[in-house]
Amino acid sequence: MFHYSRWRVLLILGTVLLGIVLALPNALDPLGYSNVMTRFGLKPMTLGLDLQGGSNILMEVDQKDLTDKLQQQLMGDIRLSLREQKVGYSGLGKTDNGVTVTVNKPEDTDKASTELKKLLNPVDSGVLSVGTAVNLFTLTQNGNQFVFAIDPIGFDAKTAGSIKQAIHVIELRINGLGTTESTIQQQGKGRISIQIPGLQDPDRVKTLLGSTAKLNFQLLCAEQATAPNSLPPPDCAAYPQKESVDAKLLEKQKTDATAQTLTDAELKALPQMWVQTSRQATVDGADLTDAQSTFDQNNSPVVSFKFNQKGAVRFGKLTADNVGKPFAIVLDGIVQSAPNINEAILTGSGQISGRFTVEQTNDLAITLRSGALPAKLAIVEERTVGPTLGADSIKAGVYASIAGLVFVMLFMLLPYGFWGIVADLALIVNLILLVGVMSFFGFTLTLPGIAGIVLTLGMAVDSNVLIYERIREEWRHGKSAMQSIETGFKAALSTVTDANVTTLIAAFVLFGVGSGPVRGFAITLAVGIVTTMFTAFVLTRLMVAAWVKRYKPKEINL
Amino acid sequence: MRWKPIRFVPDDTKIHFIRVSRFGFFLSGILCAVAIALFAFKGLNYGIDFKGGSEIAIRTQGPAQLDKLRNELNNIGLGSIELQQFGSPQDVKILVPAQGGGDANEQAAQLKVIDTLKSLEAGVEIRSKDTVGGKVSEELTQQATGAVMLSILFVLFYLWARFEWQFAMGAVISLLHDVVLSIGLFSLIGLEFNLSIIAAILTIVGYSLNDTVVVFDRVREFLRRYKSMNLADLIDFSINSVLPRTMLTSVATLMALLALYFFGGEVIRGFSFAMIWGVVVGTYSSIFIAAPVLILLGTKREISSSEANPEKGRGKRR
Repeated sequence: MFHYSRWRVLLILGTVLLGIVLALPNALDPLGYSNVMTRFGLKPMTLGLDLQGGSNILMEVDQKDLTDKLQQQLMGDIRLSLREQKVGYSGLGKTDNGVTVTVNKPEDTDKASTELKKLLNPVDSGVLSVGTAVNLFTLTQNGNQFVFAIDPIGFDAKTAGSIKQAIHVIELRINGLGTTESTIQQQGKGRISIQIPGLQDPDRVKTLLGSTAKLNFQLLCAEQATAPNSLPPPDCAAYPQKESVDAKLLEKQKTDATAQTLTDAELKALPQMWVQTSRQATVDGADLTDAQSTFDQNNSPVVSFKFNQKGAVRFGKLTADNVGKPFAIVLDGIVQSAPNINEAILTGSGQISGRFTVEQTNDLAITLRSGALPAKLAIVEERTVGPTLGADSIKAGVYASIAGLVFVMLFMLLPYGFWGIVADLALIVNLILLVGVMSFFGFTLTLPGIAGIVLTLGMAVDSNVLIYERIREEWRHGKSAMQSIETGFKAALSTVTDANVTTLIAAFVLFGVGSGPVRGFAITLAVGIVTTMFTAFVLTRLMVAAWVKRYKPKEINL
Repeated sequence: MRWKPIRFVPDDTKIHFIRVSRFGFFLSGILCAVAIALFAFKGLNYGIDFKGGSEIAIRTQGPAQLDKLRNELNNIGLGSIELQQFGSPQDVKILVPAQGGGDANEQAAQLKVIDTLKSLEAGVEIRSKDTVGGKVSEELTQQATGAVMLSILFVLFYLWARFEWQFAMGAVISLLHDVVLSIGLFSLIGLEFNLSIIAAILTIVGYSLNDTVVVFDRVREFLRRYKSMNLADLIDFSINSVLPRTMLTSVATLMALLALYFFGGEVIRGFSFAMIWGVVVGTYSSIFIAAPVLILLGTKREISSSEANPEKGRGKRR
């Protein structure tokens, strides 16, 4: 074991050198050499949000809202389809997880059945990459009553699709705020994890993400509500007006300063406007190409928007056919304004006014530009760390690491003397390698990760201790110095492997099931174990071999 | 080079661990029973990770008036809000209980507390805020329990493959012992039990195993080498011969962890405390629980030695 070929020595030293180079940016970055480092493709360790400050938000598609939307849509489709076929129906309404409708005349049931089957709405299940279609609804027929129920598999597929769409929309919205370096990704089946580093005001983001931004241009019904809670005529739906919503919210905030929205019940109790719901009378925000925050002739902030060609044509037709009548601009179920159509608007652009502040029009423009969310998103978890706490944590972590390193290094000198220096050298290289690997692979350093590093400090010397104690034992049992060293390394290897593999198992489980910071801990622990194996059995061994070769010791002084 | 190394553990110790282990079992049995009782009746001080709600860390400009803040915050109708000193007199941690009835309510509660704080304390700094909804906390609880179970199971299989089943059982029994005692201690002192404590427990699992495996490795080796030695003596001999290593490594690890405890900052203190306890218990259990269990389980000599011995006796070989 004492003979090392030249290339092997070079390989080992090269690995150590590579580790030093990879770890270097962490030392140079604070000195202002980041440009030099990036030029060579080197970067310091990525800091977790708990160290640099920032927000971690976990959102989930609101299942109830999604169900609701699907039911609404299906009801609209049933209405349209049966009307086209001139089939009389009644009792169109929601059930717990679907929609039911009854055909009036028995002779129409067959025709209705054929038509309604077309509405089962296949969705790509995405289970296999080839794309298997599953139906969103199942249809059962009891005589002349048809019952649509939401299919759980189809619903899951729909949720998955909604998540993808929502991620896209969120990306646009957050980037619209000018926040860079945010990470938005799917987590598990129905969740979106949003990480925004260094954000000072997560509440604005939360508000921004909270609105679905479903925009509709709908004609007002000829007849209008006379009192709250009065029933709208067929093909009309009741929506509250923004002015009354704002007033009510202001009133609510007098008792509850944090109120941001009104409950559904509160909204229903407000004065309502009736808007037409038939498709011909509606243009929706999906056809917008642009939205900007500007000012109108009275210098109040408004949102101006542009339609794409399809939207422009539909909007032109809607306005041309209804000159002189009022139409409503409905955003997320609230009528923003209801201007009269003075002339056909063929240019495909318009304005939304409605007593906004500049910040509101800004955010509204962002949300409109990014499109509507497929369903409401609920914040299920939020973790925010302020920048000062993050900085304190780094400082504390650095102190703890240095203190730990000094303690452990001094402690190793006491029983082992010269051999302790070898162990200490290995320990330092171990740390450098750990930092280098973390930096190179872009593993994120979190606060628990720092704890993992400190723990590695303690456990890393274990391999050396095992080897040394073994060498010592062999020596005391009468073997020659050379033999003792050789056996010591050999015998310790299997012990160290067994001991470390078990820790590695724990680390992998931690990584597999943990989230966020816990994962950070698992990563440093796992990387630490690997670098420890290297330093103990490759580097320490090389150093000892070099020493043995040079001094040819006749006794072991351990 | 003349260096007189300091031996922390004298050479050739001949401590009769197996004889002492009866007291060890007795002591551990009582402690585990107490731990389980504590867990059953007092329970753990679950953090928001497992029970939902919000945790807000603030820093006030002057020393925080805890009583005033506590009174005011408990008057805003969000249930019983807890306040704790968190490091310096200016630092306070506020625990808002789960509101239930949907995730939006948790968010609203968090906002309300922060607004109230801002109106009570001029220039208050929100250092961190965590809000976990009911569904997520439930999942985190399941995941955490699953993680501990799963890692123990994996370890059981690994050791089974590398050693004999008795060794695997011995390791897992000492492991469960460590986990139970750790949970008992957390229950006793009311340490906040959160995700990072789970990470600590899993690391305790790893560390305790590390220690146990080193002892086992030596037992296995001696079983091959000293075929005629009686098992109790052999285990005593094994533990004694790795004792210097066990002590050195445990002390080195403890030193690093103490540095973390004292210099690592308030946020990580609970975690480092859990780890320190884990190292102490893990070292103890590898000597007084794991190895003696091998005798109780009647580790068969013939499996580990090459001698063919048809005797299938499971009796204690003492």
